[in-house]
Amino acid sequence: MTQLAEHERVEVNPELEERAEKDKARRGLLTALPAYVYLIAFFAIPLVLVFVFSFASRSRTGTPVLADWNLDSWARLFDPLVAGLAWRSLWLAVVNTLLCLLIGYPFAYWIATRRAGTTRNLLLILVLIPFWSNFLVRTYAWRTLLDVDGFVTQFGEATGLWGQLLFSLPAVFIGLLYGYLPFMVLPLYAAIERIDWSLVDAARDLYATGGDAFRKVTLPLSRPGIVAGSILVFIPSLGAYVTPDILGGPNTTLIGEYIVTQFGAARNWPFGAALSSAILIVMLIATIYYFRSGGRTL
Amino acid sequence: MNLSEGTATRGLVEKLLTINGWAVFLFLYVPISIVMIFSFSDHPNVGIWGGFTLDWYDRMLGNDQLMRALRNSVIVGLVSTFVSTILGTAAAIALERYRRWIGKRPFDALLYLPVIIPDVTMAVMLLIWFAQLNFRFGLTTILLSHIAFNISFVAIVVRARLANMDDSLEEAAADLYAGRWQTFRRVTLPLIWPGVIGGALLALTLSLDDVVITSLVQGPGATTLPVYVFGLIRRSVTPEINAVSTVMLVASMLLVLMSLGFQRRAETRE
Amino acid sequence: MRCGFWYVARLMSASAVTLSNVTKRFGEEVVAVDDIDLEIGDGEFFSLLGPSGCGKTTTLRMIAGLEFPTEGSIKIFGEEMGIRPPNKRPVNTVFQSYALFPHMSVFDNVAFGLRMSGIEGSEVDRRVSESIDLVQLSGMAKRSPRQLSGGQQQRVALARALVNRPKVLLLDEPLGALDLKLRQAMQLELKDIQKEVGITFVYVTHDQQEALTMSDRIGVMSHGRLLQVGPSEEIYESPANRFVADFIGETNFIEGQVTAPGEVKLTNGALVKARTHSEPGSAVTLTLRPEKLNVNSPGTDIPADRCSLRGKVHRRIYYGDALYYEVDIGTVLVDVMVENRPGVLRWSEGDEVLLDFHPEAAEALTE
Repeated sequence: MTQLAEHERVEVNPELEERAEKDKARRGLLTALPAYVYLIAFFAIPLVLVFVFSFASRSRTGTPVLADWNLDSWARLFDPLVAGLAWRSLWLAVVNTLLCLLIGYPFAYWIATRRAGTTRNLLLILVLIPFWSNFLVRTYAWRTLLDVDGFVTQFGEATGLWGQLLFSLPAVFIGLLYGYLPFMVLPLYAAIERIDWSLVDAARDLYATGGDAFRKVTLPLSRPGIVAGSILVFIPSLGAYVTPDILGGPNTTLIGEYIVTQFGAARNWPFGAALSSAILIVMLIATIYYFRSGGRTL
Repeated sequence: MNLSEGTATRGLVEKLLTINGWAVFLFLYVPISIVMIFSFSDHPNVGIWGGFTLDWYDRMLGNDQLMRALRNSVIVGLVSTFVSTILGTAAAIALERYRRWIGKRPFDALLYLPVIIPDVTMAVMLLIWFAQLNFRFGLTTILLSHIAFNISFVAIVVRARLANMDDSLEEAAADLYAGRWQTFRRVTLPLIWPGVIGGALLALTLSLDDVVITSLVQGPGATTLPVYVFGLIRRSVTPEINAVSTVMLVASMLLVLMSLGFQRRAETRE
Repeated sequence: MRCGFWYVARLMSASAVTLSNVTKRFGEEVVAVDDIDLEIGDGEFFSLLGPSGCGKTTTLRMIAGLEFPTEGSIKIFGEEMGIRPPNKRPVNTVFQSYALFPHMSVFDNVAFGLRMSGIEGSEVDRRVSESIDLVQLSGMAKRSPRQLSGGQQQRVALARALVNRPKVLLLDEPLGALDLKLRQAMQLELKDIQKEVGITFVYVTHDQQEALTMSDRIGVMSHGRLLQVGPSEEIYESPANRFVADFIGETNFIEGQVTAPGEVKLTNGALVKARTHSEPGSAVTLTLRPEKLNVNSPGTDIPADRCSLRGKVHRRIYYGDALYYEVDIGTVLVDVMVENRPGVLRWSEGDEVLLDFHPEAAEALTE
């Protein structure tokens, strides 16, 4: 082995390690920097701006005037019309989430408990295809089905069960369920598939009936999936715009559309900002609850 | 692992589960199938069959506005995917491979927000910001917006892939004299490639899917395909929309199958 | 509730578990368990022993009700189990992976079976505490399984099963994940607990030393078939076939032919006495365990009731507590184990030696 020259020999000291760590940290930051800067510029700052604008005044053309800060826009949130609308949107989002859960859970469970891996994969692909299909198109499908000549309407009229459902709240319900069901199924499937089934064996061995074992073992262990799926359905349902716009009527206005109108016909940007901020707060609460209840990365 | 024979669902419960399963599949597929079928129907009323025709596809192809919107969608899609994939992959690496750096935790949180936030809110955020900055609304603003939400999705997918990767492989590379960039190019990147592609395809899909954000930040004259179709739907429903829808559906299905095929190939190679 | 019924059934039959013609097929091709008949006595510590894939775990699971036999019947204390689900059987299982409920405390884990049976309140508290004390985990009741070591988790699994006072306890390689010292300690503890509680244990393992030390009787399985059932001594001293002889402990196989009852002519020409079970003229394999042989210098007088074999030392291995010699008797190398006691002669490679053994130790196997 060649001898190192005097000036090449390095003495081992703790500072070296510290410097190496700092070096690594710097590189980490640099790697993330482009994305970091971008997200601050085009996400964090706009986010803060929305809150700020909600306190601004409204100019004649509706754009925000960054003077005369006030709480008018926020006060308007409690206006019965707005409150009613917000309440309806919230309620709709909750019900949709519950429906997706009630239909999605048995569905995800069914796929996850098919014995052959190939069967499970195939069924999963069949779920992924509508999941990846264009959301607008999927909503449009119901637009045609529920229309005057649509199949669902024809069927309803023939059997006397219902008339034209389009442009009403039930239509929006169906559209939201259709749109977001896959969002519930996939996290549920991931959680259920991960379950150690020998725990169910153990429960049954310890005198639990099938129902007991499900309630006491399977269900609790699938909770992360339930929470993840619920968040993935609830939040978009709350801010739904496309679905209510296409399938809903004049008296089914929901908060998503209402916000967009503030930046369009209604011309009240600060109010729109306040509404958006309100949704953001609800969303933050839901997310915090998710992470508190032990939720992990989506 | 499977449920044991003695503890698996059987009898009535199993039957009900299976019925529910097939019912859900029908529910998911029948509506879009009908859309596709009626794109070939020779009748102005969607929902009434009037004989087979390809007219609506002709009309679609002849619709200049539509074709321009399609072109815009593809441009915005590809560019935003490209940029967000690079930024998102870098972000994922920074989070998974570097244990501590200034601002890491806030970054992690920041990265999750675009996934969670409702479209409407993000649309409003960006609209206000662009207006404040006096940006000209057009393809550029659309592009900037799409990148903003896509970075996070790419990062999530690549992160999952990185976490699953055996990082002792990178150590082995270093032991064999590879520098940092070489390690990345020759060891890390090939191994996370399926994740990167998966993230990219997800970004592309989300970009092609977006209606709300695009419609708020777009300018006069330049629009994307879904926003254009959205406008069509609001004005009047004709089977031409079915034709466009069918094309979009087939495109998404191809993307899914491509992405799955790619992942499977990558897995068998490993 | 369960106890009354089973007490009556118990009076009517002496065996705890009876398997008759039990076969388990998976799909068309895989026969996991092949037509086995077995009777396990009440209060017995019975082990199912065999290599991986021999069907012992599948057999256990069929008794538990986690799998159902394709053919045949399983009776527990005289009552036919049929396709009764596990929660309707008076047996409990200790799983190989312990299968402790991660979302429940130790207490709730152990209490699970009692609560599912409808027992509530102070009786649950009392019995759970008793069970936890029995396995020496007092004070751990509030912990979560994740916070426990492997050995502690194993004990919780045991407590969880025992607290229900099942008539039969099934154990699926429960000590597999533990390190050697802990395993040996747990073996003794399990044996003690079984004696104390007095219930039937059906124990599955691939470790023959474990089976030999713990069991009243052993059932050796291979490829789904039950090859031999008997007390440890019988399995060890009188193996019924090559597989059993080879699987349990160490042994030598020497080919030969039966010349007369009790007499075998080996392929190297030597004539020896052994325990024969077949006709003169039949080809047999003599199985002889290394510790049953002695090494002497050539020309030593061998007592009349013993047999001798001439050979040459091929290799010597020093084990510390014993010496192993590989002795070449012409056709095959015979392993001999000699205890490392002071005064015992040591032989070197190349030495000519005379081996001797008692005929009772040599079993002439036909299969």
